[in-house]
Amino acid sequence: MQKLTSKLKGNKMAQMILLVLYVLVTSLSLYLAQASVTAFLLLLFSLLILYYTELPDRLKWLIAGVVLIGVIPFVSSTGPGYQSYMEVATVVGIYVAMALGLNIVVGLAGLLDLGFVAFFAIGAYTYGIFATGQAANFMPFGTFPLTGESFWIFILIGCFVAALFGVLLGIPVLRVKGDYLAIVTLGFGEIIRIVFNNLDKPVNITNGAMGLASVKPPEIFGYQFVYPNQFYFIVLAILFLVILAVRRFEFSKIGRSWKAVRENEIAAQSVGIHLVRTKLLAFAIGASFSGMMGVVFAAKQTFVDPTSFTLLESITILVMVILGGMGSVPGVILGAAVITILNLQVLTEVTNYLNQLSLDGVISFPEALAPAKMQRFIFGAILIIFAIYRPQGLIPAKNPVFDEESLKEGSEKHRKEKITVEPDKGFQA
Amino acid sequence: MSILTVSNLTKQFGGLVAVNSVDMAVEKGSITAVIGPNGAGKTTFFNLITGVYQPDKGNVQLGSTSLVGLKPHEISRHGIARTFQNIRLFSNITVLENVMVGLHKQFRAGIVGTLFQTKKVREEERLAQEEAYHWLEYVGLAQHLNEDAQNLSYGAQRRLEIARALATKPKLLLLDEPAAGMNPRETRELTEFIHRMREDLDLTIVLIEHDMKLVMEISEQIFVLDHGEKIAEGKPAEIRNNVKVIEAYLGKSAVTPA
Ligand SMILES: Nc1ncnc2c1ncn2[C@@H]1O[C@H](COP(=O)(O)OP(=O)(O)O)[C@@H](O)[C@H]1O
Ligand SMILES: [Mg+2]
Repeated sequence: MQKLTSKLKGNKMAQMILLVLYVLVTSLSLYLAQASVTAFLLLLFSLLILYYTELPDRLKWLIAGVVLIGVIPFVSSTGPGYQSYMEVATVVGIYVAMALGLNIVVGLAGLLDLGFVAFFAIGAYTYGIFATGQAANFMPFGTFPLTGESFWIFILIGCFVAALFGVLLGIPVLRVKGDYLAIVTLGFGEIIRIVFNNLDKPVNITNGAMGLASVKPPEIFGYQFVYPNQFYFIVLAILFLVILAVRRFEFSKIGRSWKAVRENEIAAQSVGIHLVRTKLLAFAIGASFSGMMGVVFAAKQTFVDPTSFTLLESITILVMVILGGMGSVPGVILGAAVITILNLQVLTEVTNYLNQLSLDGVISFPEALAPAKMQRFIFGAILIIFAIYRPQGLIPAKNPVFDEESLKEGSEKHRKEKITVEPDKGFQA
Repeated sequence: MSILTVSNLTKQFGGLVAVNSVDMAVEKGSITAVIGPNGAGKTTFFNLITGVYQPDKGNVQLGSTSLVGLKPHEISRHGIARTFQNIRLFSNITVLENVMVGLHKQFRAGIVGTLFQTKKVREEERLAQEEAYHWLEYVGLAQHLNEDAQNLSYGAQRRLEIARALATKPKLLLLDEPAAGMNPRETRELTEFIHRMREDLDLTIVLIEHDMKLVMEISEQIFVLDHGEKIAEGKPAEIRNNVKVIEAYLGKSAVTPA
């Protein structure tokens, strides 16, 4: 085995061939053995394998694109499990975007936020209120519901409204630090949920606990998006942009100032970093991803009510970040995928299987012990295990590697142009 | 001409007067030392100048601008940089990035530019990397550019703090016990280096230091604090023989035989 891996190392061609073979085999088995959850999961797993190959980055993105846009929708499309697979994939995408948002706040800026789902709720309600008749209750002009064509603009609106609330929340909240920050954000998350739950009087804005029903599905040129296999592509597109944005922020002046604030606030300030502004920006940008996905969520479910935005949701997103690796984009994507699939697929499948066994009389299985009901227990266990044994997560965050040779040349220029010092004589170690 | 003027500066922590009506004038281009026994209020004094604490009374002036009431990041923008007694690096990011954070103020990139990676933004980033590398060369850490800051040796960490501070292009540099934990050879190199910095970069340097050899060798002016009060000031030769200073360091019995 070790021989094999050492042979593979450095041999890009072999890696490529193995990867393609793997995708082929798993796709084929999914294609033939429909409704095989295992085959579906194994196919998704190919993306992780792809991550660990040594192929050039562009090629990786290309392959990932082909697998996500072409292979996965196609090979699962023929059987009865199609919509349920696409549903899982869509929900994974939604959570990945949210986890990437929270990762900016917790992972990069080091601010523990336990109420993150609030921004998801804000996005969902922003679209929900205007894409149902609800808005007519308090808007003196305009006709509601807006058409499904407004959905596309609402993705942007959801993004901005959530960012705005990120800032509004940040202003009072960022006065406190550490444990207190966690408590205050937890409170904020609950307040938002409770406000949505009660904002049906005096003016009925959110329709309270009844929720908003029949939210208009997205529409473009008369084509409506109603099924998971259609939403899948919307989510994929947004997710692509989110990942691009996160990467760009992370390795920019902005990302560095987040990390500086996380590592040492006093030192960060001492080199001119505006503490409050930097933290607010992290809150706003993190929140904006959730806001966009909130809009998508409302449209996909066609129903929005406060029960979708509980503390458990915030904790779930946090678990994704911690499991994957705080500050690590690939890690967080993996963490979000693992937790969502665990939630939606594995736990329910195992529960169904156990139920079947007890129906057949093989074992007697008390319902209270059903894995699907042990979600919190499992999250708790994951948190503890990772905190103790692998605090850096499944895929630890990596720092960029700079090319010394090219920097040396550049530095040469500086010496001539700007700063006239002789570097080698500066400080001899 | 004095670049930094401190008058009647006072800071209390509860009942403890950590800095007590201190007056001080630092000459432009000079190397000035602040000395005194542990707990004398030296670090607090630096913290008052850099805005980490707000003074209860008194004034701090850089040139002709008062710094009282400004936030630390604003004071940095006015041209004061510092290092810390208990090293404060960005431990989990690379050595080069630590210095790049020091270049923060000179970046113009905004959110939109960053999102679209405009040519300007990419150029700015590239230039910053080169300049940061340049500062690493200056302090002799270039070969460590890709290491995590926390993995550097103690002496190297102190130098990285200096590189980060220099990257902000200060007029006034405050060093809080820069030689602490260094061996004699490193201390000697540091002494030379402080001189070089002043020459190369047209800096004014104020340092807190316990190593008396270094202090006497390097400083043109010395201020002595004890229990928050300034008990003496003068040239090294004057301070060396000052009775009050010897008392503060060695106890009363050292001067008045029992
Ligand atoms: N944030 C603070 N809160 C309370 N007391 C403090 C604080 N900072 C410093 N002190 C106290 O002020 C005095 C001076 O401390 P410091 O300035 O660190 O001394 P030095 O740097 O000269 O050793 C000490 O007695 C110290 O305990
Ligand atoms: Mg001190």
